[in-house]
Amino acid sequence: MSFSVTEATTRQKWMAGTLVILYAVISLIPLVWILMTGLKTPPDSISYPPKVMFEPSLEGYVNLFTTRTRVSKETLESLPPPANFAEEIVRNRDMVIAGPSKFGQRFMNSVIIGFGSTFLSVFLGTLAAYAFSRFRIPLADDLLFFILSTRMMPPIAVAIPIFLMYRNIGLSDTHLGMILLYTAVNISLAVWLLKGFIDEIPREYEEAALIDGYTRFQAFYKVVLPQAATGIASTAIFCLIFAWNEYAFAVLLTSGTAQTAPPFIPTIIGVGGLDWPAVAAGATLFLIPVMIFTIMLRKHLLRGITFGAVRK
Amino acid sequence: MAEVVLSSVSKSFGSTIALEDVSLTVPDGAFVVLLGPTGAGKTTMLRLISGLERLDAGDIHIGGRKVNTETPAQRDVAMVFQQYSLYPHLTVRQNLEFPLRSPILNTAEDEIKRKVNEVADILQIPHKLDNKATELSGGEMQRVSIGRALVRDPSIYLMDEPLSSLDAKLRTDLRVELKRIQANLGATFLYVTHDQIEAMTMATHVGVLNEGKLVQFGTPREIYENPNSIYVASRLGLPRINILPSEIFSSSAAGAVTTGMRPEHIRQGSGASAEVVRVEHLGDQTRLHLTLQGHEITTLAEPGRSYERGSEIKIEPKDPLYFDENGNRIFGRSI
Repeated sequence: MSFSVTEATTRQKWMAGTLVILYAVISLIPLVWILMTGLKTPPDSISYPPKVMFEPSLEGYVNLFTTRTRVSKETLESLPPPANFAEEIVRNRDMVIAGPSKFGQRFMNSVIIGFGSTFLSVFLGTLAAYAFSRFRIPLADDLLFFILSTRMMPPIAVAIPIFLMYRNIGLSDTHLGMILLYTAVNISLAVWLLKGFIDEIPREYEEAALIDGYTRFQAFYKVVLPQAATGIASTAIFCLIFAWNEYAFAVLLTSGTAQTAPPFIPTIIGVGGLDWPAVAAGATLFLIPVMIFTIMLRKHLLRGITFGAVRK
Repeated sequence: MAEVVLSSVSKSFGSTIALEDVSLTVPDGAFVVLLGPTGAGKTTMLRLISGLERLDAGDIHIGGRKVNTETPAQRDVAMVFQQYSLYPHLTVRQNLEFPLRSPILNTAEDEIKRKVNEVADILQIPHKLDNKATELSGGEMQRVSIGRALVRDPSIYLMDEPLSSLDAKLRTDLRVELKRIQANLGATFLYVTHDQIEAMTMATHVGVLNEGKLVQFGTPREIYENPNSIYVASRLGLPRINILPSEIFSSSAAGAVTTGMRPEHIRQGSGASAEVVRVEHLGDQTRLHLTLQGHEITTLAEPGRSYERGSEIKIEPKDPLYFDENGNRIFGRSI
């Protein structure tokens, strides 16, 4: 393949653009499908051939957030007119809203556990990575290898011991237990990723700060941290994505209080038939926090802000 | 401002000895220049004084206070690094304010403003104060880096080749400015440079380091006129001192193996005959490259005289410097 160090030709730009768009479309089709299914009615969602054009409905979202009971025609007619659009949708299916579903609560569990473990992983990871990067630590290489080795097996391989340990010490189905577990899994990634970033920050900055009258910790906080923002942001995104999407441990270790959204969403299927729109609605809402988080941290992901101030 | 005393200071990194038993006094208000090639231990000395490195042996006193175990912040020193290290996430103004806002100095707001503006004027960067540090040119970064030291009033200013990355004009301006600041404030400076003009014009004292040892310490004139070894003699002087076997010349000192001749030690018109290989007109001086019995000699042309390539001129040493087989100076008149 030929390449040029000069400006790409118009044709090359067109080809590159086409390829990128093609790739984007292919990757986005499943997401679009989920988004669409969430807005379909249950019959539309299972119709064959699949409907691309359909009349959008919020039934999936209503079903996601409510529990419903079927009632007889007579009872339905004796009820006062529906108070809101949700009731109207439900009554069209000969049902009434019995109460809220547990989705909101499970979603909050995901938020608490996901962000909690992300914060803890990044916080501890940054401190550990800084120490590994800057101080002479006995057996530093072995320790780093040990930290990495915790990721060499799939975490689920130790599911049974963890399950038994958690049951014994009362961490089963608790927020703290899940936060600690996800932190333990993520911390090796955090330390390794962040060490790479901190290694790249020249020591001169901290040394200058030390001489300018700051303590080691103040220098870390005022000089290293702002420059490690890129690394911290990307590490946080990786940690959040893992903790947010984790399914196997969540199924195993949580059932009620601390159950996260991933094990909860599939249980919707079991309640009153294959309610694909509700599942898709849950999946859509579930995507949003990670999306917002990534977009918020996007500007830190752009490298280059720290380049050029130390002469190499 | 304070006197800085190093007593029998040693430092090694693994098996590499960076400094070995160095004793040096930087008098209060002095401008001490350290000379020596890369790896001689100049930067290590600055880092030991600043507290960035720990001593292996010996003591360092700043203003009479033993600082061996103090942190850099406690030692109250300002340092300009060879690699200008501006904080890239801050603006030029914030960079200059940084030391003044430290918990140790904790300067009042109006005082910070006054000092920053004053230093920016000296360094000719007031129009860049609100730029990001990364938006500056190399020379501007180095000036800000110097500025970050100058906003303070420390015990000692440590500078590691601060002007080496600047262009010639700015270098001259800042050289004069630094010297003026030093003279006005009575500030104590320890300054590393390779530049002879900086060493000769700014220094009150020059220390020459060789492989971790302080081999000579004195005024710039002493170092230039009375070097105690070939090594020290080669540190200063443009063109460099010519080192030739003593037997070439009829007169020599007892035990002298080599004779060192700076241009002013070479008298033209009589003596051995040398061939003119090349004539270089540098503007303020004209350099002559000669060969004398296979040895190259560089000297200066005498004013008002013209030289032809390939022609012969006669030269002889005039009060040259003699050295023994180890390169140490032999103090003695020629015989």
